[in-house]
Amino acid sequence: MIETRGLRKSFMSRQGREKKTVDAVRGVDLTVDEGEIFGFLGPNGAGKTTTLRMLATLIEPDGGEATIAGADLRKDPGEVRRRIGYVAQGGSTWDDSTAREELVLQARLYGISKSVATERAARVLEGFQLSEYADRKCKTYSGGQRRRVDIALGIIHEPKVVFLDEPTTGLDPQSRAHMWDEVRRLRADGMTVFITTHYLDEADALCDRISIMDNGEIVASGTPAELKREISGDVVRVGVSSPARAAEALGSADFINKLETHEDSVRLYVDEGGTAIPLILRALDNASVPLGSIELHRPSLDDVFLTKTGRSLRES
Amino acid sequence: MKLVRDTSLIFQRQMQLLLRNPVWILVGVFQPVMYLLLFAPLLKPALGVRTNAEAYEIFVPGLLVLLAIFGGLFQGFGLIAELRAGVIERSRVTPVSRFALLLGRSLRDTVSLLAQAVIITLLALVFDLRVFIGNLLLAYLMLALISLMTSAVSYGVALAVKSEDALAPLMNTVAQPVLLLSGILLPLTFAPGWLQAVADWNPFSWAVNGVRALFLGDLGAPEVWQGLLIMAVLAALALTWAARLFARSVR
Repeated sequence: MIETRGLRKSFMSRQGREKKTVDAVRGVDLTVDEGEIFGFLGPNGAGKTTTLRMLATLIEPDGGEATIAGADLRKDPGEVRRRIGYVAQGGSTWDDSTAREELVLQARLYGISKSVATERAARVLEGFQLSEYADRKCKTYSGGQRRRVDIALGIIHEPKVVFLDEPTTGLDPQSRAHMWDEVRRLRADGMTVFITTHYLDEADALCDRISIMDNGEIVASGTPAELKREISGDVVRVGVSSPARAAEALGSADFINKLETHEDSVRLYVDEGGTAIPLILRALDNASVPLGSIELHRPSLDDVFLTKTGRSLRES
Repeated sequence: MKLVRDTSLIFQRQMQLLLRNPVWILVGVFQPVMYLLLFAPLLKPALGVRTNAEAYEIFVPGLLVLLAIFGGLFQGFGLIAELRAGVIERSRVTPVSRFALLLGRSLRDTVSLLAQAVIITLLALVFDLRVFIGNLLLAYLMLALISLMTSAVSYGVALAVKSEDALAPLMNTVAQPVLLLSGILLPLTFAPGWLQAVADWNPFSWAVNGVRALFLGDLGAPEVWQGLLIMAVLAALALTWAARLFARSVR
């Protein structure tokens, strides 16, 4: 459904008098299959939104190619526009318009006749449980309602692919869960959904497949389960005031597969956390290293991110 | 025709929003009415004319052109608000004609300007202004062309700078000399030679002279067709330029 090869984009940025070229996206290869929810996971500034905006025809790539829903992005952006929907991160509704007016207008901008547009707006409002507020001005909506209107606007013309840029950012947990259901419903309606997120739990719970993006490049791709499987075993995080001494005390233990030293902790990759923890405690005690905290992590996408980039997603 | 259809969609939407908030008409008319009431009475002695009607024949055309220039130049603020709300981006991902996105908005501005112009004209009638209806319609055509041009310029600049803070001083800097060099408030017949020579290079001074000739009932005056022609060409150029900016990043 989406296929990209070597998609690139750089921007000129000015810092004081100096002009610098920032390579926002440095060669992205992607394959998204029909009918899946595909997630783009990465920290802010990783190039997710830039990639999405290129695919949505909003900015022109510097290089590379892409085919979206059978249309060539470089040669025929007009056709791509007809086949995709795009929901921007910052919202897209006008304060003084009502949801119904916005939806009818949006449908008509795609060339749909007035009667069909009106009927379709009513159906979409129903589907997104917005009928009750449909004739109120958008400025009276809650954050979650307004985000649902944004998504409704993105799919009013029944696209094959819909791009959602950080659809749950800024929503409370309940609205977020609600939004996840909406996204799954889009897939059930036969749409391919491409979302970006910087929430690990969201990518994990919602996406059929994900690509992890960092610094303009894709560092890993696969199903959440596949990616987590790449990291064998568990991770034990030991909080200590002097990680160097802890590392020394634990360095020679053969049950530890890998040891990483961080600012105020060490991370230990072990096969089985339950049996490793008593051994770790004993080793630290023997070496008289005072212990701050100890936590056991089952592998998460954060660990995938950490092993691929050397940084935690939460830090970056 | 896709362009006509898309333009009318954008125009209808913009008109709907404009009519929803009718305060604009009061705000838009208040200032010119103040000029009409508080400034125009000074003109009879200042211009050395015999009647109020003669003073208004000179002043009202200038006031209308002033309204068209300023009204248009400050429309960009609305576009910046739309950019910020994401409305423009939402339109850009659709196959809508890029030219229609601009033209629909500029036409809305022109219609609202003409509504103001009609109110001003009606008020001036109370002060003994008399003008032939045919001439008046031609004068309104001139105003419409000015408004299309200035609003297109304003939208173009708004798209380029994307910030109110930059747009306001920029538009003021443009409007100030344009205003002073067009003989809008006082005819440039009083101006020294060098000032008149500079003003000849100001297209709006041609427009003002054209509208004045129409209000004086002098349909055949060369200023009329010259003014209309200059404004039509400039309006076409401004619309083309701004439409290209609308389309720039998305082809």
